[in-house]
Amino acid sequence: MDVLGRYRNLIVLVGVLFAQVLGLAVQVKRTTDSESTRLIRIWAVDTVTPLEKALVWAQTSTSNLWHSYFYLRGVRAENRTLKAQIERMSLEQVRMSQDADQARRLQALLAFKEQFISQTMAAQVIGSSGSELSRSVYIDKGERDGIKPDMAVITADGIVGKVLRVYGSTSLVLLIDDQTSGVGALLDKTRLQGILRGTPSGEVVLEKVMSDETVPAGEMVLTSGGDGIFPKGLLVGRVTKVAPGSELFLNIRVRPAADLSKLEEVLVVTKIDERQAQPDQTGAARAIDILAERLPTVPAKPENAVKADAPGSVAPGVAMPGTAAPTSAGSNVKPKAVSPEASAASGAPAARKTASSPSTSEAGSGTSSGTKSAGTPAIKVSPQPVKATGEPKPQPAVEDSPH
Amino acid sequence: MAITYTSGEQVEVYRFSIPATVLIPLAAVFLQAFLPLRFRFFSIFDLPLLVTIGFATARRSPLAGLLTGSFIGILQDSLTHHPIGLYGIALTVVGFGASSLGIKLDVEHSGARFLLTIFFYVVHEVVYFMIARGLVGLHMEWSWPHELLSGVANALLGVLIFMLLDRVKQRT
Repeated sequence: MDVLGRYRNLIVLVGVLFAQVLGLAVQVKRTTDSESTRLIRIWAVDTVTPLEKALVWAQTSTSNLWHSYFYLRGVRAENRTLKAQIERMSLEQVRMSQDADQARRLQALLAFKEQFISQTMAAQVIGSSGSELSRSVYIDKGERDGIKPDMAVITADGIVGKVLRVYGSTSLVLLIDDQTSGVGALLDKTRLQGILRGTPSGEVVLEKVMSDETVPAGEMVLTSGGDGIFPKGLLVGRVTKVAPGSELFLNIRVRPAADLSKLEEVLVVTKIDERQAQPDQTGAARAIDILAERLPTVPAKPENAVKADAPGSVAPGVAMPGTAAPTSAGSNVKPKAVSPEASAASGAPAARKTASSPSTSEAGSGTSSGTKSAGTPAIKVSPQPVKATGEPKPQPAVEDSPH
Repeated sequence: MAITYTSGEQVEVYRFSIPATVLIPLAAVFLQAFLPLRFRFFSIFDLPLLVTIGFATARRSPLAGLLTGSFIGILQDSLTHHPIGLYGIALTVVGFGASSLGIKLDVEHSGARFLLTIFFYVVHEVVYFMIARGLVGLHMEWSWPHELLSGVANALLGVLIFMLLDRVKQRT
């Protein structure tokens, strides 16, 4: 008894350490949290995160109030710049949508299945793990908001990480620069695949790329979709340094596109859909559209002939005032991009999607009533119903009709 | 006034009120999780460790020191995605060591506190490194310049924190 009293502190120390080491060993062996450790984590998270949430809310509200009502200096100039940017991007989008259509057609031919993000949820980053060796952050969305483990977390710049643990109203997100994270990645140009991992010092490296491959610095790194968490094609970052690594692999350092040290708002990918690529809903019409682009266009119908047609129906190839009109007969000029309203009334290929809706064409017959009445050559259109006023893509202003 | 006698020297023993005992460690863990997101440089500091050393040296009770360290460490572990116990074990050792050393040494002066904090920072890092590598299998890099620099930074902040703790501690 006397010995026990004398070494009481030491005995307690050994006991406490032994209990913790034992608990650690059990946790390491298990892949998932046991009920007791999960409870401890829930208590800790529930103690700390409400205050974090409150502080972030106060900070955001103050900042919003300041920037939305008081500090409006330079907003007008910024608005002008943004408008100009929108115009530039609209032009670019038209070009890219054509490329995308072509890609979809090719994918359909190959029976290619693609993954796409169909639903995301915005979340605010409220805190970190507080340890440099555990690169993870807490977000203000949890189980109650429909968040589940292994959901991808991204920003507009690039991928951020994945949801690791989900609590009632918060979740722990493991960042891609943590040493225990792993993301399937591929290099954009060379299409070499590897595994993206974090290092203890917080750098991100692409592993498992053979040393006999050539990887240039600056090459983009994308997700490969092989991990089953991130859909294919999301931006990860850029290669900053390539050096010979251990064994037969290269040591490729990657700078993440998203700034992981300054995360404020992120998007949690709550739904990823997989579908087989389809060329377009108006596949049949599109084929003829493409053909029609290369053929001499139909001359414009006189105005009285248009009036004679059923109200609301417009014959393809008929120019309406103020719309992008078809080019003159014999010319072989591709139609320019037109606004959705304009295209709906014009004979431009983009407009035929709308003009060939059941209300304006004889579904099944394959001929346009408007075309018949005008006496112009019949153009076969798709019997598939299409949206009359589908989501219009931003397109440049309508060109004046040459007629 | 209760005074403990050790090696013929008079050493004062302090205690903390219950709200201070609970809220100060919680605030330390909270700030450690919150501030590095706003101020990146703050991740070099280890507030829970400094609070553990501060409590342990003031109380001068190895039992209280190791239990405080254990509690703060487990709380800190709970916020990470690593197994619970990594910080727990490291801070238990630090709490026990700091309070044991606090009995032997005069830790009322800033210079002594500064050196003590550097010493226990390194002890903490060594224990954490060994457990993380040996038990959990984490890859870790050890860099003496980094550890010493971090130790000095933490010691500077520690001196300030100990001054704040002096204001809330009560003589037994």
